[in-house]
Amino acid sequence: MSRAPGIYLKGQHRIEERVLFDTELHITGGQWTCLLGRSGVGKSTILRLILGLETGGTFKGEFAASDGAPLTERISYMAQSDLLLPWLNLVENVCIGAQLRGETPDRARARSLLARVGLSGHADKKPATLSGGMRQRAALARTLFEDRSIVFLDEPFSALDAGTRADMQDLAADLLQGRTVLLVTHDPAEAARLAHQIAVMSPDQVRIWPVPDSAPPRNVTADETLKCQGALLAHLRGEAA
Amino acid sequence: MKASDILVAMLVGLGLWQAIVVVTAAPHFILPSPWRVAQAAYKSRVIIAENTWVTAIEVVLGLLIGTALGVATAIQLAMSKMAERLMLPILVFTQAVPVFALAPLLTLWFGYGMGSKIVMAVLIIYFPVTSAFHDGLTRMDSGYRDLSISLGAKKWHFMKRIQIPQALPSLGSGLRLAAVYAPIGAVIGEWVGASKGLGYLMLLANGRAKIDLMFASLIVLACLTVVLHVAIGVLAKKLTRYAQGTG
Repeated sequence: MSRAPGIYLKGQHRIEERVLFDTELHITGGQWTCLLGRSGVGKSTILRLILGLETGGTFKGEFAASDGAPLTERISYMAQSDLLLPWLNLVENVCIGAQLRGETPDRARARSLLARVGLSGHADKKPATLSGGMRQRAALARTLFEDRSIVFLDEPFSALDAGTRADMQDLAADLLQGRTVLLVTHDPAEAARLAHQIAVMSPDQVRIWPVPDSAPPRNVTADETLKCQGALLAHLRGEAA
Repeated sequence: MKASDILVAMLVGLGLWQAIVVVTAAPHFILPSPWRVAQAAYKSRVIIAENTWVTAIEVVLGLLIGTALGVATAIQLAMSKMAERLMLPILVFTQAVPVFALAPLLTLWFGYGMGSKIVMAVLIIYFPVTSAFHDGLTRMDSGYRDLSISLGAKKWHFMKRIQIPQALPSLGSGLRLAAVYAPIGAVIGEWVGASKGLGYLMLLANGRAKIDLMFASLIVLACLTVVLHVAIGVLAKKLTRYAQGTG
């Protein structure tokens, strides 16, 4: 993995005649940036735009990596749904990127990554036999298998129960250390725990929100985490009103 | 469907048949009794078996070739927008031509042997298989597409690793239809011109006023279709289980 670059984006995104957002965003290299905002404000659109996926609109502006190299094939992506292929076992699911590019997959590495996410006993099982939390851990192993310096996470933990979600957050924070991570989330608590940088998005601007001084992943019960979470929630509610 | 249910349904059917024969007092050359048909079937068992074998081969070969062509066409259509634009209208148009109307022509081109019947079966199942599989290939969770793009997937590998496996249940539905249509195609082909097969035997028996033999052939043909339907049903279930990862 090369040194993780930052990403800069500035521009306007329209869906037909409606302006979805007109904004500027800096994502710091090698750190976690959490992108918050009301539903429909275009958080996922920013992520999809940079990934080169269909956004249903047109973007006028620019985005680039801080080191000037192209972004394509340097970003791995994890969504809310685990997107595991039901007919493949976990090892094959973790290697799917290599298979889809027509490369020979390194199955031993896939197994060791599954072990790192705590699924060593399940490597040969199909996704249908596993719980939602286990499936999302397998999806994290698939993301790690790509070993890319930038990782985009689109609400990957939002469908999990509270306990599993906290475990997944710790695991992801640990395993994605040193990479440039953009996490799109609805959850102020998640942002307060995980972010080096919190960006709160509204249609006309991205506001950088102060984070606690301690390093993430922060203790959920620490005063500063709770305070940050509370203030964020109040802000988001104020915006919605 | 439980075996006991099927048995009861068959007994009810036979009972009704016998009742109609008794009530209407129809002569045996119009409506033979079940018992008479069973006797005729036993007496002509060798000739029925020979002709069943011919029809079965036509149907199975027709199914195999039609499925292979349908699968290849569906993949081609799903891979290339251009092919889809050019070929879909042609495919739909060919469906407007009743395949039965082509039977005499096919007999002229492919002869009185098995060839024309196999072509008939292929033609009749080609569209249902193509259309069901093509639907399955193109109707897909957009999340898989997004993931594949982010992983730098190549088109053909995406087709092979994701599109085809997830479309297998749809192929199964197409095959279920094909299993019902293929015998129809083969028998119509035999009616138009043949020297072997159950359709030929039915016409022959009819011409010689052996209505009991005609009924026996018809029942064997129905049994053949049911066996095929059940076998394809098992296969279709397997395809679905595979795609869901529960097999």
